[in-house]
Amino acid sequence: MKFRFLTLYAVVFMFILYLPVLLLPLFSFNDSTIVAFPIKGFTTHWYETLLKEEPMLLSLVNSLKVACATAFFSTLLGICGARAVTRYNFFAKKTITAFVMLPLVLPEIIIAISLLVVLLRMGFDLSLFSVTLGHILMTVPFSIAVLISSFEGFDKSLEEASMDLGEGPLMTFFRVTLPMVAPGIVSSLLITFTISLDEFIVAFFLSGTEPTLPIYIWGQLRFTAKLPTVVALGSCLLISSFLLLWMAEFFRRRVQKRTGIKESVL
Amino acid sequence: MTTTQFTRLMRSEGMRGFTLMSPTLIYALLLLAIPIGVIITFSFWTQHYLDFDTTLTLKNYAIIWEKPIYQTLLFRSLIVAGTVTLVTVVLAYPIAYFVAFRVQDHKAIWIFLITIPFWTSYLLRIFAWKLVLGYDGLINSTLINLGLIDEPLSFILYNMNAVIVTLSHAWLPFAILPIYVSLEKIDRSLLEAATDLGDKPLMRFLRVTLPLSLPGVIAATLVVFIPTVGDYVTPKLVGGKDGVMIANFIQIQFGKANNWPLGAALAITAMVCVTAVAVSVAGFIKFIGSRIR
Repeated sequence: MKFRFLTLYAVVFMFILYLPVLLLPLFSFNDSTIVAFPIKGFTTHWYETLLKEEPMLLSLVNSLKVACATAFFSTLLGICGARAVTRYNFFAKKTITAFVMLPLVLPEIIIAISLLVVLLRMGFDLSLFSVTLGHILMTVPFSIAVLISSFEGFDKSLEEASMDLGEGPLMTFFRVTLPMVAPGIVSSLLITFTISLDEFIVAFFLSGTEPTLPIYIWGQLRFTAKLPTVVALGSCLLISSFLLLWMAEFFRRRVQKRTGIKESVL
Repeated sequence: MTTTQFTRLMRSEGMRGFTLMSPTLIYALLLLAIPIGVIITFSFWTQHYLDFDTTLTLKNYAIIWEKPIYQTLLFRSLIVAGTVTLVTVVLAYPIAYFVAFRVQDHKAIWIFLITIPFWTSYLLRIFAWKLVLGYDGLINSTLINLGLIDEPLSFILYNMNAVIVTLSHAWLPFAILPIYVSLEKIDRSLLEAATDLGDKPLMRFLRVTLPLSLPGVIAATLVVFIPTVGDYVTPKLVGGKDGVMIANFIQIQFGKANNWPLGAALAITAMVCVTAVAVSVAGFIKFIGSRIR
């Protein structure tokens, strides 16, 4: 009895979780200029207008630049952090780790305004570069969290064996450690890329005159006539982030198979 | 210090860990600690047209303290975030429990499917709620088609409730993770022991499972409560006039109103309030936990 109730709850839960999001693809094919019920008919018109939307393509390119740079640098910082946390004991380890992970719980608007004030006071112009700086700060904790699970399952004796066989620490890292955790790194790259691609608040404050994709979408939401195109764009974004995350998950599980630890979530 | 001593120190376990951590730490110090220090300083300054009067003053805090609008906003933000946290934790717990104890195979796939909406297009997920709650939205058109109402309900969008519903939905997947992890960690033999010693399922849940999963509940409370207080997008998109929250006002101070020090003071006040509430709630949950056991 209890079993059935929980299962039912889980099914209803999943349905409601996905319901609003699934309305986007539905309306993107709706043959009507207003995004509202009832559904009129099928069309691919909104996807065609989307492809001709010059500012959208520009902001997409901006977003891709920011997301690539963010993914690369935050994963690099994440590797240092995750490796230090899992392998060594050092002074004030808990405090330092908590501080580095802080952006995970800090309201984004605090990060946004504090960076805005500092950058402008220092005489920097707002640009895609400032957005990237903010995104790296926000995504490092996620990268560390993903990578810790890769490094944790790692058998230390493999590295020791390599050292005994005469490899230096650097070569050991590149020839033993890195290949073992490579899928974890790919997973971190994909996740940080997805977060950056999607991030709004920090970009809203720091992007200056170069809009990223979410900033472009935000601008379009005000115009009713533009909504069907935005909905089409939204559907494309949903599918691409789903694919990116699915790939991230695939790689994250590969590393667990390799290192031989059992299925875990964090 | 001699050279050998220095090399030994540099080669020591602790130093190597520290060196490895330092790039990440320095980045966070430069782009998080210093900027936050700067806005704290800013909050004691005064805006003077396009420049700042750098004499330290408590004037901004006095304004926040005296004008009822700021207190209302702050209070509303805390209420909204508190309600959202309560709703998410209560709704997330059974799902986390379901995956941890009832699902046998493919737990990771369940968790993946549950968390995936959290990572996808924040802006569009909030916007999608307009399609659900709106005048011609999903709820209204369904109710009209069913013949339950004649006129679309207008009170479901553009108010505080819409903000609460939308935010809860957005944060549910994130609240599940810490609860799930703490449930998953529970040693199953403890549950068997409780049953052997004569506890009925409900008592067993209340006396063993629930107290042991409280760290997860506390973590979920914190990761939902703190960020939602400062949410900007949701109140702006679905909140209407009555749903405005503190972040919207902070943004105005940095934008149209061009009063950065006041904006900074608002942000700091909000942070202090949030931390105070979060710490006391976490403490309270812990206290309750120790009492049941």
